[in-house]
Amino acid sequence: MWKAKVVVTYKPGILDPEARTIHQALVSLGYTDFNHIETGKYFQLTFKEKMTRDQAEVIAREVCDKLLSNPVIQKYTFEMAEVSE
Amino acid sequence: MKFGVVVFPGSNCDHDAYHVLKKVLDVNVDYIWHKDRSLRMFDVIILPGGFSYGDYLRAGAVARFSPVMQEIVQFAERGGFLIGICNGFQILVEAGLLPGALIPNNHMRFRCQDVYLKVNTTSNRFSRLYRSGQVLKMPIAHYSGNYFANESTLKELQDEDRIVFQYCNSVGEVTEESNPNGSLMNIAGIVNRNKNVLGMMPHPERAAEKVLGSDDGLQIFKSFLGKN
Repeated sequence: MWKAKVVVTYKPGILDPEARTIHQALVSLGYTDFNHIETGKYFQLTFKEKMTRDQAEVIAREVCDKLLSNPVIQKYTFEMAEVSE
Repeated sequence: MKFGVVVFPGSNCDHDAYHVLKKVLDVNVDYIWHKDRSLRMFDVIILPGGFSYGDYLRAGAVARFSPVMQEIVQFAERGGFLIGICNGFQILVEAGLLPGALIPNNHMRFRCQDVYLKVNTTSNRFSRLYRSGQVLKMPIAHYSGNYFANESTLKELQDEDRIVFQYCNSVGEVTEESNPNGSLMNIAGIVNRNKNVLGMMPHPERAAEKVLGSDDGLQIFKSFLGKN
């Protein structure tokens, strides 16, 4: 069975105030090592039915486009993993 | 003229909008449950403020797929008048009925306060009873009200005279200090290309009776009544 691991993040140029706040907090803790910090959302979609990787990918892409991300402000990546039942 | 107020799970300004229409303006109004599918009898539909579906995922992201929204899209395409307030505005941008997006406030805080708004245009049904440049006082109450759109969309909104309200100071100057959430161009409310869909973050239904501090929002609802 397949599992899609989806990460949704902001597109470049979109303000990510949460990341900015985290960055400032890290700097105040003495961690001045980072140039840039991004936040995002992580989803794991475990498929019910046995299907091919291609079929699962098509569905994963569809739900990312439709609901999990807002294409105006966000982008997504996902990777497929095979899992045992 | 028949008004409808949509009720999603998590709406919390539906009663305020209903109250203003029924008790303050004495017009014909009904609630519309989010599972209803027939909107034929309505002329003006309000998507009220609140936290539909708990604001899970992104504000408005889940509500846009509720059964009534398919009908709302068709209602808007038929030319029906639609007003999205606060969470209602968030739902309209998620549904693609208005361009752009509403992202978390630039300071990451929920803002509940009165703001001043400049009426930027009166060339649409909703703001026609105001004067161009008029300054209004209304409350905001939101976490994700930071209006974002790409440059071409912003240009389109300007060229087509679709930016209806902008955050401003008490004398009507659109300044950085008067912007409560980081919205591009201080945008507080816009209309769609056909100018029959309005989305705004401030709450006109909470500014509809003098006794509650301001009735500056009332004209938006009144614009549908009579010939005034």
